[in-house]
Amino acid sequence: MTKLMSLIALVGLSVRTYLSDLGRAARLFIRLVGLFRENMRRFSLVRDQIHFLGNYSLAIIAVSGLFVGFVLSLQGYYTLKRYGASEALGLLVALSLVRELGPVVSALLFAGRAGTSLTAEIGLMKAGEQLSAMDMMAVDPVRRILAPRFWGGVITMPLLAAVFSAVGIIGGWMVGVLLIGVDSGSFWSQMQSGVDVWKDVGNGVVKSFVFGVTVTFVALFQGYEAQPTPEGVSRATTRTVVVASLAVLALDFVLTALMFSI
Amino acid sequence: MQRSKLDVWVGLFVLLGAAAILFLALKSANLLSLNFQSTYNITARFDNIGGLKRQAAVKSAGVVVGRVASVTFDDKTFQATVTMALESQYKFPKDSSLKILTSGLLGEQYIGIEAGADVENLAEGDRIQTTQSAVVLENLISKFLYNKATDAPTPAGGK
Repeated sequence: MTKLMSLIALVGLSVRTYLSDLGRAARLFIRLVGLFRENMRRFSLVRDQIHFLGNYSLAIIAVSGLFVGFVLSLQGYYTLKRYGASEALGLLVALSLVRELGPVVSALLFAGRAGTSLTAEIGLMKAGEQLSAMDMMAVDPVRRILAPRFWGGVITMPLLAAVFSAVGIIGGWMVGVLLIGVDSGSFWSQMQSGVDVWKDVGNGVVKSFVFGVTVTFVALFQGYEAQPTPEGVSRATTRTVVVASLAVLALDFVLTALMFSI
Repeated sequence: MQRSKLDVWVGLFVLLGAAAILFLALKSANLLSLNFQSTYNITARFDNIGGLKRQAAVKSAGVVVGRVASVTFDDKTFQATVTMALESQYKFPKDSSLKILTSGLLGEQYIGIEAGADVENLAEGDRIQTTQSAVVLENLISKFLYNKATDAPTPAGGK
């Protein structure tokens, strides 16, 4: 009987901690969103973060985009050639990059490149009691440390995704037109007749914005809630990558279903 | 000095991102061809529009002169009502005729407009009377088979 009771208590405890985690995450999120105006006024803090998250991620994003474009073009040509529609290669490359691969892959890379560094930085600040020290000096760490990072990440992510898609299209053009020899005119004209500015490009930007909010927030929350030990920080960093990647993929499905199924 | 250097790099990054979005909008989605110039709407009824869609081209002599604005079904006449937005710079006589054509064998369908001889030009809200429906492959094949059957009255059982 006591065994059963303790089992029920275990379930209750896990639900309670889960709910309180969720509640703290929601409160932190609302605070971060509420600090938008203040961050725009003290833009130098956000600018430093854009520099750190954006400029340093640019190389990995651009190179990945280039190679994804290369591969898309090669694989797409192989399939399209069977149906005698290799002119539609440009359309295939552009649509898959702008709608899906651009936002999703760059969000995954962003989680790996920038999200982990955010989590580790804040986790170590917490472990080194820097956040507590700020609190003692009546400086709010959420306002001073977390919010600029959050808005920096949110601003950076759509730009990175756009760079990824654009470089990918150029990569697809390089392989498709220069290497394989698809006609350059039909490559671009098929693309232009098939890609819609608002439906495809616009929704891609919306997607990357949502992913930017997700990845940055997950990274910050994990860092902020990390156990202040070396082990705790390393766990939090791992969790950032896992949770952010899964969240991005799940959200992508939901967003795609909402945007493109109608 | 350190600060302003950082500003330059961040500015470059943001400009690069903006340029990428612009590239996607202009080069891949061809925003410029979504002409912001003024258009006038004309309508026409078709018995069958085949696979015609919104945003399909309206061409005259192969040149795009407008786009299909909407396709609706009229349950009074049981015909499709197609509204087209033609660019104001192009004028067509009132008795011009429309045809639904296909670019290439399996390509997209578009509307071809052939100029008539009327003195007056089409204006906003006019309806074009002469239309020719899309060629539906199944109808074409059944017509062909029917003609074949009537052409050659071979006796039954004869090879």
